[in-house]
Amino acid sequence: MTAIVRMITIRLALGLVTLWIVSVVIFISVEFLPGDLAEAVLGQSATEATLQAYRDRLGLERPPLERYLVWLSGAWRGDFGVSLVNGQPISDLIAVRLGNTLFLAAMAAMIAIPLALGLGILAALYRNSWFDKTISVSTLSAISFPEFFVAYILVLLFAINVNLFPALANIGIGTPFGERVYNSVLPALTLTLVITAHMMRMTRAAIINLLARPYIEMARLKGASPSRVILHHALPNAVAPIVNVIALNLGYLITGVVIVEVVFVYPGLGQLLVDSVTRRDVPVVQAACLIFAATFILLNLIADVVAVLSDPRLLHPK
Amino acid sequence: MTTKSETMRLLRSAPPTAVFGLLVIALYVAVAMFAPIIAPYGEAEIVGGRHEVWSDEHAFGTDQLGRDMLSRLIYGARNTIGIAFLTTLLAFLIGTALGLLAATLGRWADQLISRVVDVVIAIPALIFALLLLTIFGTSLTALVLVIAVLDSARVFRVARSVAMGIVTLDFVEAARLRGEGLVWIVKDEILPNAAPPLVAEFGLRFCFVFLSISALSFLGLGIQPPLADWGSMVRENATLITFGDITPLLPATAIALLTVSVNFVVDWMLHKSSGLKE
Amino acid sequence: MERGDILLRIRDLKIEGRVEDSWLPILKGINLELRRGEVLGLIGESGAGKSTLGLAAMGFVRDGCRFSGGTVEFEGQELTTAHRSVRRSLRSSDIAYVAQSAAASFNPAHKLVDQYAEFPVLRGRMTQAEARADAAKMYARLQLPDPNGIGFRYPHQVSGGQLQRAMTAMAMSCRPKLIIFDEPTTALDVTTQIEVLAAIREVVAEFGTAAIYVTHDLAIVSQMADRVMVLRYGEMVELAETRQMLTTPTEDYTRSLWAVRSFRAPVKAEAAKGAPLISLRDVTASYGKVDVLSDISIDFHAGRTVAVVGESGSGKSTVARVLTGLLPPRRGEVSFDGAALPKVVDQRSKDQLRHVQMIYQMADTALNPKQRLRKIIGRPLAFYLGLSGRALEDRIRDLLAEIELDPDTFIDRFPSELSGGQKQRVGIARALAADPRFIICDEVTSALDQLVAEGILRLLVNLQNERGLGYMFITHDIATVEAIADDVVVMQHGRVVEAGRKEDVLSPPHEPYTELLLSSVPEMDPDWLTRVLDQRQGARASPILPGST
Repeated sequence: MTAIVRMITIRLALGLVTLWIVSVVIFISVEFLPGDLAEAVLGQSATEATLQAYRDRLGLERPPLERYLVWLSGAWRGDFGVSLVNGQPISDLIAVRLGNTLFLAAMAAMIAIPLALGLGILAALYRNSWFDKTISVSTLSAISFPEFFVAYILVLLFAINVNLFPALANIGIGTPFGERVYNSVLPALTLTLVITAHMMRMTRAAIINLLARPYIEMARLKGASPSRVILHHALPNAVAPIVNVIALNLGYLITGVVIVEVVFVYPGLGQLLVDSVTRRDVPVVQAACLIFAATFILLNLIADVVAVLSDPRLLHPK
Repeated sequence: MTTKSETMRLLRSAPPTAVFGLLVIALYVAVAMFAPIIAPYGEAEIVGGRHEVWSDEHAFGTDQLGRDMLSRLIYGARNTIGIAFLTTLLAFLIGTALGLLAATLGRWADQLISRVVDVVIAIPALIFALLLLTIFGTSLTALVLVIAVLDSARVFRVARSVAMGIVTLDFVEAARLRGEGLVWIVKDEILPNAAPPLVAEFGLRFCFVFLSISALSFLGLGIQPPLADWGSMVRENATLITFGDITPLLPATAIALLTVSVNFVVDWMLHKSSGLKE
Repeated sequence: MERGDILLRIRDLKIEGRVEDSWLPILKGINLELRRGEVLGLIGESGAGKSTLGLAAMGFVRDGCRFSGGTVEFEGQELTTAHRSVRRSLRSSDIAYVAQSAAASFNPAHKLVDQYAEFPVLRGRMTQAEARADAAKMYARLQLPDPNGIGFRYPHQVSGGQLQRAMTAMAMSCRPKLIIFDEPTTALDVTTQIEVLAAIREVVAEFGTAAIYVTHDLAIVSQMADRVMVLRYGEMVELAETRQMLTTPTEDYTRSLWAVRSFRAPVKAEAAKGAPLISLRDVTASYGKVDVLSDISIDFHAGRTVAVVGESGSGKSTVARVLTGLLPPRRGEVSFDGAALPKVVDQRSKDQLRHVQMIYQMADTALNPKQRLRKIIGRPLAFYLGLSGRALEDRIRDLLAEIELDPDTFIDRFPSELSGGQKQRVGIARALAADPRFIICDEVTSALDQLVAEGILRLLVNLQNERGLGYMFITHDIATVEAIADDVVVMQHGRVVEAGRKEDVLSPPHEPYTELLLSSVPEMDPDWLTRVLDQRQGARASPILPGST
């Protein structure tokens, strides 16, 4: 078991290092602002005195390393400072919105993952059939569509032409669970369509790649039925590629969330990020980016570890 | 050397989706090139009231400022495709050059570039782009550079892995043993063999860049007015949807149609180069 | 089970394979009968259709192929038109398969014993516990070490030779009436191969199982088969009892296959040796911390061929990497013409590089597929000798003529437009273009069919005589050594075991490892395997027998 423990420790350590470097990158990027943060916020026309006062308030005169450490330790405790625009603590702004975004992403993932895996395996099994070809053309189209295109078509179909679901996702803190789900149907459906297409294509490719292995031909030559070939011979070896596919697609989920929240005016972290970029509210952008990046890195890390754990070569060393 | 008849035979063997894709791409290129001739009105010319309905004078009505929708769609082809193409080209130059170098040099050079790329890829592209655009502002140059650099990391991965597969082959070792320099090895031994998969990758990357820029424009952070651009046009006229007016979907459809077409063609190319295995 | 009546009858069998949009024939009407308990050898060069025929006997065609005529009857049941479920139910129970690469054909996710037990249990022949007990017995019969424990390992925990025997055991699990062996020892070293051959032969005889043994190796087929069928281009050339086939083949093609091994390069006088052209002195080289060569000293002379022989992992290819400067030795020296050569390839001068050229095993990957022959052969001429224009063109044409390819036809071709043997010739021309004094030939004939390989050997010998070239011949094949070597170096685990003139090394007395290696090389005598096993049985006490590999 030592090899596998070492392997996982290395992966975890690498993940932490990446996370740390990403935090440095996100922090340092501000240093490249033309002028400095104060000028960026107050504009060229601000007097030197106002600028100086602003710098003092934000502590911009302190050395970058010190500011980084203060920022990082704050972020670790969930304290990202205050918004430049309205002076509110960023953690207050983020907390509720992060919950909303996770709710939306989880809803989409819960439909998309089983659907994509199921369809992907079926398409691989019946490859080159009409079923596979139809699925191939439709998923190829779906991944080519911009997210907002899919979103507006769904709005047109299900909110305007037939008034089934609301076109705007009206969600507040006190919204009951049922209503929350109902109001989130269209944004979740948009996300689901987009990532299902991506995930399905990758699942199909991964399974087909697996089916070309000699041990699969051997299973057939031993007289195994098609379902036994898949369930007993292919799937135990498919864990790593499938987990990989899921992790890769979480990237699309994160990108998609930002756009979808804007289309449906969904009060999530993505919406906040876009608003803050427009207003150049740098600390909020940093906080949101850090959270998105950290989520992405952690999910990939989990996938990596699961893939290692599913490899018989590592589980049962020589 | 591909003669005319060979090209024809290749086209005839193409599946209907690929033929469709090629035709659409040709149409888009033509529209982009001849935009000023085809468009009935100027790009930023205000020619009527706001949000006019479809009519003989304005085939797709007018936008939120009273500019002709059709003309802006046509000019949008030029801007949106042109900028995306330029960005992809830049991303490719950077990514391929670094990828081939990393694979050929190996050791510390490869380690260094690969680790930097790992960090860039660890952050979702759109999120990173938003961060960088906050810093560098939303000028066209910033947009092109930011997207090109972020995407070159992804091109690097592909180029490196393609080149890695070639570097280990005996003919590259033979060139090394002959005493050939780095330039010959990259240019004459590796690049010609890496070209086919990289061309397909170019198509995929173009779609990706095109969608990224459109997404940013849609968020109001990409190509800035008064330049006509499909992503921004969707955003600017989005309110019409709530009245059941499909005009804002036109630019979105224009985007979708092009990416679908490119993807169809790339899919066919990949299929062909994989030796019809699957 | 009545020994002697017909088990399998194949009539006018045709199989086609899909290439782009058309169907091309792979088998063009094969007739064959197999009796119970009989072993039939299928032999042929690559592309002869022997594996396809072996699989067809199970009613199986690979993806992209189809039955296009004829019948396959197994115990009277027609298979090509039978329902899939009928064919499936025959497999394992009545017909089993042993693949070429056991390492790739065992499922990495399951233990060996569970893969053994899968079908006996599914078909209701045994319970899981019975199947496991049975597996241990079968493993013992196949002389696997620790038969009670080995089944609980995963495939990657077991060595290649053992896996191949475990796969044979798995094929026996339902006690089938017929087993298809598809080149089961091709991927193994000779010393391992002989054990697997012995195990297979014994177990097949013991259970009276009929077998179809597919191989390209004549010597092996003559140990294993009662009858031999020779295939070429999807057609049967000849079918006869093994002994009769060996002694009196009737067809020209069969005779030409048999004749290949008679080629011998002319013996050279020892006196002409002089000072060595290249020598390795006390060379130790390593990958990371692991030594792959320890204290190697070898001399190479102009006009002579040194064959470096060994099994996989012996370090014979590493010698080439040290000579060429791709792997700088940790200790020791490489010298050329009496002067030390820089250890790293980057530090060698153009002239030093020019004089040491290399020819590779896989001509497919040794030639850049995007370059025409003009460029492949022309580049060394331009690079080393500065030729250009007319002079360059003439020299390329001369070289093409020298490797017996017509210049007008071939100069503008790409490698993909050549056959395997032609590609290897171009590899030779590229090496010659540098006008070298020494050429390293790394398994240059092992990917080629025997007739083609012989042509390459003849060409190399002629070139050596004309130009006085020194050769290092890396090979695992003793027949090649006998054909071409002047001197022989035997290697094992990164050390030189024995070195000297070919006549001395190949004739007794031998070092123990050389003895083991030489005696493990199959001979075209049907009694060879029995004889060697008997001899080894008698000499059990001696330590040369490899443990379990």
